[in-house]
Amino acid sequence: MKFESQAVAKPYFIFALILFAGQILFGLIMGLQYIVGDFMFPYLPFNVARMVHTNLLIVWLLFGFMGASYYLVPEESDTELYSPLLAKVLFWVFAGAGVATILGYLLVPYAKLAELTYNHLWPTMGREFLEQPTITKIGIAIVVLGFIFNLGMTVLKGRKTVINMVLITGLIGLAVFWLFSFYNPSNLVLDKFFWWWVVHLWVEGVWELIMGAILAFTLIKVTGVDREVIEKWLYVIIAMALITGLVGMGHHYFWIGPSEYWLWLGSIFSALEPLPFFMMVLFAFRMVRQRRYEHHNKIATTWALGTSVMAFLGAGVWGFLHTLAPVNYFTHGSQITAAHGHLAFFGAYVMIILTIISYSMPIMRGRLQGNSLNAQKVESMGFWIMCISMIVITIALTVAGAYQIALQRLPGDAEALGFMDTQAKIVPIYWVRLLAGAAFLVGLVVYFWSFFVGGEEPEAATAS
Amino acid sequence: MMAEHFNKGMARNIYYGGGIFTFLLLLGLTFDTMLILPERDHRENITESVAQGKEIWESNNCVGCHSLMGEGAYFAPELANVYDRYGNGSEETFKQYLQGWMAIQPLPIEGRRKMPQFNLTPEEVNNVADFLIWTSRINDNNWPPNKQG
Repeated sequence: MKFESQAVAKPYFIFALILFAGQILFGLIMGLQYIVGDFMFPYLPFNVARMVHTNLLIVWLLFGFMGASYYLVPEESDTELYSPLLAKVLFWVFAGAGVATILGYLLVPYAKLAELTYNHLWPTMGREFLEQPTITKIGIAIVVLGFIFNLGMTVLKGRKTVINMVLITGLIGLAVFWLFSFYNPSNLVLDKFFWWWVVHLWVEGVWELIMGAILAFTLIKVTGVDREVIEKWLYVIIAMALITGLVGMGHHYFWIGPSEYWLWLGSIFSALEPLPFFMMVLFAFRMVRQRRYEHHNKIATTWALGTSVMAFLGAGVWGFLHTLAPVNYFTHGSQITAAHGHLAFFGAYVMIILTIISYSMPIMRGRLQGNSLNAQKVESMGFWIMCISMIVITIALTVAGAYQIALQRLPGDAEALGFMDTQAKIVPIYWVRLLAGAAFLVGLVVYFWSFFVGGEEPEAATAS
Repeated sequence: MMAEHFNKGMARNIYYGGGIFTFLLLLGLTFDTMLILPERDHRENITESVAQGKEIWESNNCVGCHSLMGEGAYFAPELANVYDRYGNGSEETFKQYLQGWMAIQPLPIEGRRKMPQFNLTPEEVNNVADFLIWTSRINDNNWPPNKQG
């Protein structure tokens, strides 16, 4: 660790991983509810479990982005963080608010939570992924602003690298588009139209900038490739992300009211959206091939290569699978959407955070060349179990979606099977998904276990 | 492609130029969509009851199980076309159906996915019905493909 203040990243990463574990547990509960419909009802209805599952994901990814930024911005800027104290205070504020919100979901009925938090004064709750009480939304905005201020001041007093600037641009975009979560008109079409300005412009826009910056930083560190080369790639990749992703938002505008021209624009631009992800694969593998030295933290390199591949499969291939309007007409809102969502989030955002954690955590624990070989071996096992399980989950959901469409969507009014009857037919495939989900949990436990392996051993000085 | 003649300055220009141009294009398209939308969403029909219905829909997190115009969760049926599915073209019929349906939740069938009892008043159920009827009339390019949603 070059600068002492980089250590503020540590609690962010640790807390992110705890929330990650929670997310997976609730995912398993939902997987079982898909099969045994009344499992845990009425104590934990599906909508509550789902809200916890997705909100934990969003919050832990934000914690991960923050940890990553606190770690890499001082090093890139070549100066200490502007205010480590502010970073610590914001950590506790965000952690407290996050836990309180999740407990609110679990302990009181949602309508009661809306009432307790005076949702009627400024209604923003009850929309997918934006279920947080308005007060929590305001809290998130304040925490993110304080976080960006802290980083911005750090960059201003230090070196301004491309990685820094891209990361900050992405984070500012994240803050700006979050503001649309406060806009909730009575007109459902307007509501949905601008809801995507948070959801799409985050995951298929500014988050890709953040991901690109973290990936570029890690690759510089583990390969020693010239910064000039990596920065050039970074620019081109994020250029493609924005050029395809901004108007690519049109693929969400097919069936919620906006004009017909979005069918064309959305199809064309979103068909190009795999491009930046494909370039990330080329980028990551080429940089590793051209490496100038052998970093002994091999598993960090594995994560970096893995995130590029899995993001390309999930966001790129599985996105393209159903992005063209004539296809999307049948797949929209089916299990195909769920398949794409799972692999894309895991590949692009979960794995990039696990990448930076894998690289930086050992350094923050005083092991500059990574954990012991034994620990890396265990971590690598966790990597493969999680990746393979997620692929199986994705394939199972894809099959479930195709079957759902065949039974429920393709036939005419008279012959089509109803939703609930269709779901009953899919149950065997939901079992496969659930088992793969359980395997994923095993992978996660193995990954956690790797943190405690060979803690006292000397670093891997004997590695090739 | 990463040959010497392609330098970092050019890459940066593609990023800034391309990014800003596409963002402006998105803003223009958004502006145009805002002009067209009133004819497609029929906002003149958003009564007090429809607006109330949307708020009840949200404050009970209905979208946590159902999808609406294909967005939401996929645990329970699509509801943007529930009026077409059960209304038989009559708002009265649909409202009676919905009152009855909401009153008997949760259905006492073991192992079946359950809808919680939200204890809405008849007037609130009426608001939700008005919201769903209005939603069913949005011009959404004929989605979903059939009545089953």
